[in-house]
Amino acid sequence: MNGLTFDIAHLLAGGLVLVSFMMLYQDRLFALINVFALHAVVLALSVAWQAYIQDAHHLYVTAAIALVFKAIVIPVGLHRIIQRLGIHRDIETAVGIGPTMLAGIGLVTLSMVLMLRVTPEADPLAREDLAFALSIILLGLLVMVTRRNAVSQVVGFMSLENGLVLAATGAKGMPLVVEISVAFSILIAFIVIGVFLFRIRERFDSVDVGALDDYRGERR
Amino acid sequence: MTTFSFDAVAAILLIPPSAAALMAALPNYRVTARLNVVASFLTMLAALSLLVIDRPLPGQYLLVDDLNIVFIVLNTFVGFTTSVFSASYIAHELDTGRLTATNLRFYHAMYQIMMFGMNLAFVSNNIGLMWVAVELATLTTVLMVGIYRTHEALEAAWKYFILGSVGIALALFGTILVYMAAQPVVGEGTNAMVWTVLIQQAARFDPALLNVAFVFLLLGYGTKVGLAPLHAWLPDAHAEGPTPISAVLSGLLLNVALYAVLRFKLLLAASPQAIPPGPLMVTMGLTSLIFAAFMLYRRRDIKRLFAYSSIEHMGIIVFAFGMGGPLANFAGLLHMVMHSLTKSAIFFAVGHIAQVKGTQKIADIKGLTETHPGLGWALVIGVVAIAGLPPLGIFMSEFLVVSSTFARQPLLAIPLVFGLLLAFGALLFRLTGVAFGEPHGSTAPVEASYVPLYSHLALVFAAGIYLPPPLVTWFQHVAAILG
Repeated sequence: MNGLTFDIAHLLAGGLVLVSFMMLYQDRLFALINVFALHAVVLALSVAWQAYIQDAHHLYVTAAIALVFKAIVIPVGLHRIIQRLGIHRDIETAVGIGPTMLAGIGLVTLSMVLMLRVTPEADPLAREDLAFALSIILLGLLVMVTRRNAVSQVVGFMSLENGLVLAATGAKGMPLVVEISVAFSILIAFIVIGVFLFRIRERFDSVDVGALDDYRGERR
Repeated sequence: MTTFSFDAVAAILLIPPSAAALMAALPNYRVTARLNVVASFLTMLAALSLLVIDRPLPGQYLLVDDLNIVFIVLNTFVGFTTSVFSASYIAHELDTGRLTATNLRFYHAMYQIMMFGMNLAFVSNNIGLMWVAVELATLTTVLMVGIYRTHEALEAAWKYFILGSVGIALALFGTILVYMAAQPVVGEGTNAMVWTVLIQQAARFDPALLNVAFVFLLLGYGTKVGLAPLHAWLPDAHAEGPTPISAVLSGLLLNVALYAVLRFKLLLAASPQAIPPGPLMVTMGLTSLIFAAFMLYRRRDIKRLFAYSSIEHMGIIVFAFGMGGPLANFAGLLHMVMHSLTKSAIFFAVGHIAQVKGTQKIADIKGLTETHPGLGWALVIGVVAIAGLPPLGIFMSEFLVVSSTFARQPLLAIPLVFGLLLAFGALLFRLTGVAFGEPHGSTAPVEASYVPLYSHLALVFAAGIYLPPPLVTWFQHVAAILG
């Protein structure tokens, strides 16, 4: 593998981590969704690049799914849902932006130290992809725990899943990658439809998970 | 013979989805409820036939071996008895208007798809396929937990969904890492995900990568086993969904995730330089046991009470498998079977009780043995069994877990026994109020299906008194495989 192909793959995967960071400080739902669409575009580019350098044509399907479904269909759908629900004002972050960013830096450091240490013998591209992928997964988890709004939790989960797709495509010759990305797309479609239906059918006052918490637990 | 035995696996995998398609199309709920029973029965027969006929050779996707046969037979048996219970349960739900006929079509179709997902997870030889199957089973149960569409049910389903998805994502990352570890040795492509290939070559895998992979897999699938501190979805999902689903969640779905953990534990154990998986599992098991035992005391909802008891028992089972060795593995296996049978029987009883009393609050249910002796005494036997009193089956398996622990790690036995006694106290304390004393609440007669309930309890009772030698040799053999 020559230096340029490696650098491009590296750049795209690193770009994905950067976009994950951008998600951490968005305090408007629309902005968050736009950043997520950008995340999906970078993922699609990264997967397509992997397909090209590994000469694995089936990965183009995964890239196409990422581009069409995650970068266009889901963000447009979520925009509509947010408008319908009238919750476009802002996101209530459970934790402040400063501590969240610091925690994000800590998580990325952790995943770099962990993954690069345990994979000294693996193919250098794959091991760096894996380290980036773990960072994206952990940042996605961080988005999920710092937001209280159901829509932004879904966005966090989707960015987490982008990290998984990156890891799966980086693992050279891994079977079932396309199937798994389809399975995940179905899962996400279910979640999004679920958020929408709960509100419409049940007339929750908000899709804020905090409001759901009021119903929690032991009924006395 | 090979073609014939392949057919048994094919039947296990084909009957549920075709039944699901048929039931989604049929409008009459009485017909679909019966069809559900018939389909579950046929699947169980196909699974039982695996015991007698020659097994198919492991392929790239499917595998039948001594380990998963135990799980498949148990899974299809409880799936069948639950479908019988479900038929009488949902008739009542329809009468009270909690569910509509359309809901039921959906419910029955989902029930069979869930059975398909679980069976597929058991017979899959491919770690990627196994992951997809577990995800499928999770998704269907999420939909069924939320079927009542009350605030509580939706919150439970949402929580289950989010935590389950995170768990499943971590498990996928672990699966990818296992592939990465295998790929330099086995080569690219499907073979590097085939479990039978992996286990033969595991000694040459990069141990550091396997270690990290196992941590992710244990956390990911452990979320679905309901191990503390990843258990938060479990009590809600059990309490708010329809009771047949609580029965299969506790009795079956937790086992599916446990099975996945066991497969990867074997992989790790086959690599001499990797960290031993046992201590990790022992720690998580003990934490779950003691945590759940404390939580049992403050429960006010009867289904939630038994949900915490499931966490407790999964903790014991994971602990036993983590200890390893022939005796502890045997005990873990026996405990898993006994827990599935007992806990689903308890949920059968609780389902009817909650229906007749119109409430799940423990404080509002009293004196059941007087008003509804059939259900009340079944609950008494079930709780006595689950609390681990002799002469029932769980006493025996718990005794084996404790004695094997005393023999090898006496210090670990102290927290184990402490947790067991704590849970024992809580369950008996709650039981006396519910089963005895002045009757409280509705005393209307109940149309319960006693057959599945008492057949489970009879099996548990029989196992406590006498285990047939063929069963013992079979379990000993499986325990030896588990290392």
